[in-house]
Amino acid sequence: MTQPLLSLRNIQKTYNGIDVLRGFYLEIQQGEFLTLLGPSGCGKTTVLRLIGGFEGSDGGEIVMDGVRINDLPPHERTVNTVFQSYALFPHMDVFENVAFGLRMKKLGEAQIQSAVAEALEMVQLGAHERKRPSQLSGGQQQRVAIARAVVNKPRILLLDESLSALDYKLRKQMQIELKTLQRRLGITFLFVTHDQEEALSMSDRIVVMHEGRIEQVGTPKEIYEEPKTLFVANFIGEANTFTCNLIEQRQGEVLLGYEGRTFCVKTTKTPSARLTLLIRPEDLRVERRLEDVKSPNYFEAVLEQVIYKGTTIDLLLRLDNAREIMASEFYNEDSDALLYQEGERLYLYWVDGWEVLLDEAE
Amino acid sequence: MRSIKTAYVLLIYVLLYLPIGVLILYSFNASKFSTEWKGFTLMWYEKLSSNDGLIEAALHSLNIALFSSLLATLIGTLGAVALFRHRFLGKKFLESMVYILIVSPEIVMGISLLMLFSAAQMPMGFWTLLIAHITLCVPFVIVTVASRLANFDQSVIEAAKDLGAEEFTLFYKVVLPMIAPSVIAGFLLSFTLSLDDVIISFFVTGPGYEILPLKIYSMVRVGVKPEINALCTIMFVLTIFVVLLSQYLLKEKR
Amino acid sequence: MKLSRFARFSIALLFVWIVLFAFLPQIMVLIASVLSKGATDFILFEPTVQNYARLFDPIYLQIFVDSLVLASVTTLLCLIIAFPFAATLARAPKAWRPLLLILVIIPFWTSSLVRTYALIALLKTKGLINAALLFLGIIDAPLELMYTQVAVFIGMVYTLLPFMILPLYAALEKIDVRLIEAASDLGAGFWSRLMRITIPLSLSGIIAGSMLVFLPALGMFYIPDLLGGAKNLIIGSFIRNQFLTFRDWPFGAAASMLLSLMMLLMVALYAYAQRRERA
Repeated sequence: MTQPLLSLRNIQKTYNGIDVLRGFYLEIQQGEFLTLLGPSGCGKTTVLRLIGGFEGSDGGEIVMDGVRINDLPPHERTVNTVFQSYALFPHMDVFENVAFGLRMKKLGEAQIQSAVAEALEMVQLGAHERKRPSQLSGGQQQRVAIARAVVNKPRILLLDESLSALDYKLRKQMQIELKTLQRRLGITFLFVTHDQEEALSMSDRIVVMHEGRIEQVGTPKEIYEEPKTLFVANFIGEANTFTCNLIEQRQGEVLLGYEGRTFCVKTTKTPSARLTLLIRPEDLRVERRLEDVKSPNYFEAVLEQVIYKGTTIDLLLRLDNAREIMASEFYNEDSDALLYQEGERLYLYWVDGWEVLLDEAE
Repeated sequence: MRSIKTAYVLLIYVLLYLPIGVLILYSFNASKFSTEWKGFTLMWYEKLSSNDGLIEAALHSLNIALFSSLLATLIGTLGAVALFRHRFLGKKFLESMVYILIVSPEIVMGISLLMLFSAAQMPMGFWTLLIAHITLCVPFVIVTVASRLANFDQSVIEAAKDLGAEEFTLFYKVVLPMIAPSVIAGFLLSFTLSLDDVIISFFVTGPGYEILPLKIYSMVRVGVKPEINALCTIMFVLTIFVVLLSQYLLKEKR
Repeated sequence: MKLSRFARFSIALLFVWIVLFAFLPQIMVLIASVLSKGATDFILFEPTVQNYARLFDPIYLQIFVDSLVLASVTTLLCLIIAFPFAATLARAPKAWRPLLLILVIIPFWTSSLVRTYALIALLKTKGLINAALLFLGIIDAPLELMYTQVAVFIGMVYTLLPFMILPLYAALEKIDVRLIEAASDLGAGFWSRLMRITIPLSLSGIIAGSMLVFLPALGMFYIPDLLGGAKNLIIGSFIRNQFLTFRDWPFGAAASMLLSLMMLLMVALYAYAQRRERA
């Protein structure tokens, strides 16, 4: 592998005696869209602020292009930030906001004019040059913030929850725009969010963080389909989890016990005595009659609620042990799911191999 | 960088308090003229207690400060609430006057009142001082109370009206309790403004009613007497006490 | 809507007071400033612009120029001293800020005359500053500090500093720290951040503070009186002398109008800066 653009090595960070980051390692490759994903307080924003230079680490190294940059102040770093609240300068118009970084580099006026014009064109704000930030809508302010950072051609663009202040529709639109922009510019993006959907739809790689540590690094597909930990499985998407006992290990498969039921699951791993079986709601099939169930691995459950969601129909069921289980089906008009009666006993199964086996118990 | 900032802030604080600290120290110094420490004494406090002129001036000052701040608080509080609640002819004029009076140099107010009182042929003394000090303090009471009213939940007033409260009951039972901390703050601010005022008093005072700042002023000009150190110390302790008390009261109300 | 009796009483009370004791006296000053001085009466009802013309007499002009210089330098000194102080306070831990502010305000709630008097104790030939400097061996003969221009500046700055600190603090505290971070992120070093972000965003505080220092500095006659030995005449002492010593009220009124005019100019400047900040 080539040298990473930026590496964080064994970073420690403590606030008021609480460890925010512990032995944190991360490598960012040239040109990728990398997302730090996690619940609030997981340390993801701290990582961003350390890279931006707004905070110092209590240990470890930040290396960019092979050079240690720990002690460089923010204004000497070749990264730029799009702040959560945008942090646009209220006393400058849109043009001056975007031109700020270029003026700091003491570029010529002609050069500044053309670079700013180009950046504003790129975010479709060419017509708003002379407006003050307070005269712009949230989405437009967001675009100014992006243009202001991007115009400096940073090695890495840091985006701190940059879309969270926008409403749902605008956020969706900005997600696509950001991704397109990133491809076009070829700039490395480091994006921080707590929104898993946002992370899945935009990123090349996702870093899932939890309590100052990395839970898993991978492509959106890997993270969603092969979560490595229970935390990742629960944090990303909906998941039905079942804590099972290992009954027997055979060649290439294991026999699991769950509440008097046995499941046979293919695996090459050597699992521990207690483990978690994870099945996504959309991977569960629902049948009325046992003879339609096409797998030896199935549950029996009572339907409690049918939740219509537009594109999907969610079925909330309850197992005999009172455990809730969720199954969702794509909506279509003659779907059986619409006919199920609440209180009805149904059978649930899944296609072999679509389950995930985790080596930890809840 | 951080330690430089801390050191700078500390230095400014030391400079702010140095003169007052030295003054307090000297009020216990047995030496009359030099800066040398000649031992602890309460002599100046004793001398002060027999200096009837100074004591009388101090009492006059307290008198004026008490009455003028009470009346200024009354006029200012009623005025601030009226300005906040109602629209009426001349409202803009009153608001502009309040802000202009706050920034205008005291000497301008001093000579204008001197002209007024002379034209009205009022003898300079207690009444002229009282009127002048009330005029000085009213704008400060208004802005103090107004800042509290600005964060005021209008729906409470509407609720009270809805429940049938007429204007005075509304003021007395609803508005006043809610703005009480700012009324107290306005009163205390007025009290210290009045006690501190030199320039306006200078023009409207008369020989019959001498107040402390002017007495000190004339004494300092002819020569420093150590009793003044003692008196200033007492006044400083008094102000600290009043400030702390007001902070405490304001915190309680919150 | 018809106002209640209580509301009408409140308004009338304030209105009458302000008109009678603030507005009317000012009108009297304005009128007096265009009338003549009488031989026995203070004022003769003969209209003239002579009082204003006399203000430009070199002797008086010199007083005004000196006074303006004194007030300007005082304002500038206060600004330079107070700005880093207020900026540090505005970024101090939130829990400490009320205490730090009260500590600034306590001396400000003490009689300014008492504080000026206390300064004399420090500045006089046998005062503490000289004693300390002699003791440290920095000087070998006591400095003559009292009754000098330096003493007047020290007195003015010391008395008026809180009036600069408080509005500056209020303005600086409002600045979102992320704006400073954003500027830093975009390559701005310390001075660029100060000149392009912090100062423009605290401009209304700077003007308010300057106003609250500059205007009193023109009128506070007792400080040059006590510390400068009445060698420095400022506008304030000039007005006082016209009224109480020379008994030339129209001339003093004209000088007072000049002061009011300056105040109105500064108020207008402040209103303009605030409107710009909000836009």
